[in-house]
Amino acid sequence: MNTTLNLNYSVELSSYRDQHFKGSRVEQERCLRYTSTLYIGNLSFHTTEEQLYELFGRAGAIKRIIMGLDKFKKTPCGFCFVEYYTREDAEMCMRYINGTRLDDRIIRSDWDTGFIEGRQYGRGKTGGQVRDEYRTDFDSGRGGYGKIVQQKLVHAPTN
Amino acid sequence: MSRRKYDDTGDYDNRERKRRRTDAVEIEDRLESLIIRVGEKSTSSLESNLEGLASVLEADINNYRNKILKILSECAVKMPEKTTIYTTLVGLLNAKNYIFGGEFVDLMARKLKDALKSCMWKTARYVVRFFADLVNCHVISTNSLLQLYHSFLETAQEDNAPQVRSDTYIYAVLSSLPWVGRELYEKKEQDLEKLLKHIEIYVNKRSCKHVAGLRVWRSDSPHPQEEYLDCLWAQICKLRSDNWQEKHIARPYVAFDQVLCEALQHNIPVITPPPHSPDNTYPFPWVVFRLFAYTDCPEGPILPGAHSIERYLIEEHLHNIIKQFHLERKQCASFLLDFPLKQKIPLEYVIVEVVLAEMFHLPASRYLQICYGSLLIELCKLQPATMPQVLAQAVELLFERIDTMNTCCHDRFVSWFAYHLSNFQFKWSWDDWLHAAKLPVDHPRAKFVVEVLQRCMRLSYHDRIAEVVPEQFDCFVPAKPKVIFRYDPDLGGESYVWEILHATIRKMSKHVARLQKDMLDSRDSHRRRRSGAETRRASDESESNSDNSSDEDTARPRPTEEEIERMEEKLETAHTDQKNLFLIIFQRFIMLLSEHLSKCDTERRDYDTHWYRWTVGRLQQIFMQHNNQVERYGKTLNELLFTPDLDSHILDIFNQFMSLRA
Repeated sequence: MNTTLNLNYSVELSSYRDQHFKGSRVEQERCLRYTSTLYIGNLSFHTTEEQLYELFGRAGAIKRIIMGLDKFKKTPCGFCFVEYYTREDAEMCMRYINGTRLDDRIIRSDWDTGFIEGRQYGRGKTGGQVRDEYRTDFDSGRGGYGKIVQQKLVHAPTN
Repeated sequence: MSRRKYDDTGDYDNRERKRRRTDAVEIEDRLESLIIRVGEKSTSSLESNLEGLASVLEADINNYRNKILKILSECAVKMPEKTTIYTTLVGLLNAKNYIFGGEFVDLMARKLKDALKSCMWKTARYVVRFFADLVNCHVISTNSLLQLYHSFLETAQEDNAPQVRSDTYIYAVLSSLPWVGRELYEKKEQDLEKLLKHIEIYVNKRSCKHVAGLRVWRSDSPHPQEEYLDCLWAQICKLRSDNWQEKHIARPYVAFDQVLCEALQHNIPVITPPPHSPDNTYPFPWVVFRLFAYTDCPEGPILPGAHSIERYLIEEHLHNIIKQFHLERKQCASFLLDFPLKQKIPLEYVIVEVVLAEMFHLPASRYLQICYGSLLIELCKLQPATMPQVLAQAVELLFERIDTMNTCCHDRFVSWFAYHLSNFQFKWSWDDWLHAAKLPVDHPRAKFVVEVLQRCMRLSYHDRIAEVVPEQFDCFVPAKPKVIFRYDPDLGGESYVWEILHATIRKMSKHVARLQKDMLDSRDSHRRRRSGAETRRASDESESNSDNSSDEDTARPRPTEEEIERMEEKLETAHTDQKNLFLIIFQRFIMLLSEHLSKCDTERRDYDTHWYRWTVGRLQQIFMQHNNQVERYGKTLNELLFTPDLDSHILDIFNQFMSLRA
């Protein structure tokens, strides 16, 4: 046994804090420590709820899944919330599913304070997630180029 | 001591005392870290590290005796892979300080007694192993170890105690012999032979009713499916015929032979196994999982044979690594691949065999299926040049042998393999399995391929899978978007049906468990509130502030006796519902199977069809997957459903299950 190892590394809180959280930092952290809801990111826009049940159900019984939607188009925009019945099951998800693949993409899970109506929508200006506005790469699973690059491409002179 | 007392004393004194106390804590922490880390990678040799540490500890024994004893005794049971390192250290300390050695032996004996009393069998087994290896370090006398062995063996003579009890005790003895066999052979050959004779008699007269239900495969070809105690016994016999020479255990004490042989030895205090009580739980027996033979591995280091003690020692070591690191899959994978003896064995093969052994373990695996699945993915990522190939070879072998695979394991195999493929772009040499498309639909191979494809589609989508599999599999890939199967439209739903059934049973079990916990908690807090009130009155004047627990209670409303009674009633109702659920399920199985058997009998047909095997397998699965819950109703099931007049084929399944705890 190596004593320098941390066997809880996977379930510790990340440094990310949702800026829209209504409450103090202390309250937010307390919520994160007791929650059984996870934010799942880097999903393909094409990934369905059924697929999510199939994968995330392997860590424990799922209470509900909330799909992240484009604010305007109301179509999936590459994230979701998975709520488990227990914290332990959510921890299993953090340990064993975080960083593995779904629809050929490495997905990321992080603790979330819990779903509140309105949070299912993308927060970018164009309706999707903010990260999809500024991206400069082409990602076929997330609608091609980032929104800003796309707009530039549209306005670029074509010969 | 309370803080207030310090306040009364002078300021200087106070600070001085605090300083001394923190110094002591610092030294204790340093000692702890030194002891725990000894044997880790270092620039100097293990022997010189041990020698140095022994001198440091010797100097501190008088001031930090209890702390040192405590750390050493914990390392002894918590780091079994470092047994010989700690026995050497204790040996060196004993040579320097005989009294300390004696205190350590007494402490370990107390640990063993407590472990036996509280059914902590793994701890008990590691203490016995530690004692055995202390004989090699001249800390413990050979005779007192033999005496301990014989007192464990006496459990074999008990009447009215389950076999799993004596199995557990005898396993503890047998599994320590690789450490001390040679020493006993050299010093006490006759006593050793007498001991082995007793064990042999025991092993031969054991009942093996439970074995059939625990086998991953019904067939013994190509690898015999051996029960764990039978297998270890065979391995020990092989070791004996090799004059107790083994090549796996590193023995640092050999270098200190001259110092150690001067030391005086202690006797282990007499330890008699506490009598069996119906509340005791013993580990389930198991069947040793064997997938590879040495011929499956490429040239290079040779895979130790199934009956070589090295195979046992390596496997145990790898299982321990998984146990220690299963919570962090990446660390777990890198520790497995960094196995100390990796040069001497085909490492990828033994790792894959051990991980699959845990995944297919019956009645249930220790951890979630996805724990093993994600571990295998990490292993492939860390060792991309070799691991994926070995894993693919394992899948081929499993597929080849799937005809006689246990239904629980078949399901786990399907579920894992689809998940694994989903992490590797569904790349697989599907063409090799084309022959399965021509088999009857309920043939295990055809079923496997269909179910894997279905699972893959659940993790992905239709077109993605249709794109990677050969056209000849079209009969297996349902047309889009409606699920239509060439042979049987109902087949597509079959694995779902079982999933739903098991999910329903699990939901019921969770409901019962929750009511039970609520009821116990309330009863507990009710009791504590009452006694807590009394203690608080009595301790008004005392300086202790240890009643944190009752502070917590005051926050919650105190449950009244009526409320607790209501909870008990609710729990009882839930138990009745659960019992009825199992009764209904088992009754349906019995009806279907009995009908099939009697029909085949009158029509003079062979009853042993694919359908029959699947149905029996599904029945077995209910027992295995929900063993903790079904166990509770064993008596009722025996009286109402699994009665002696039932066809023995069906009754056997029940008896196999009941014998798991017998």
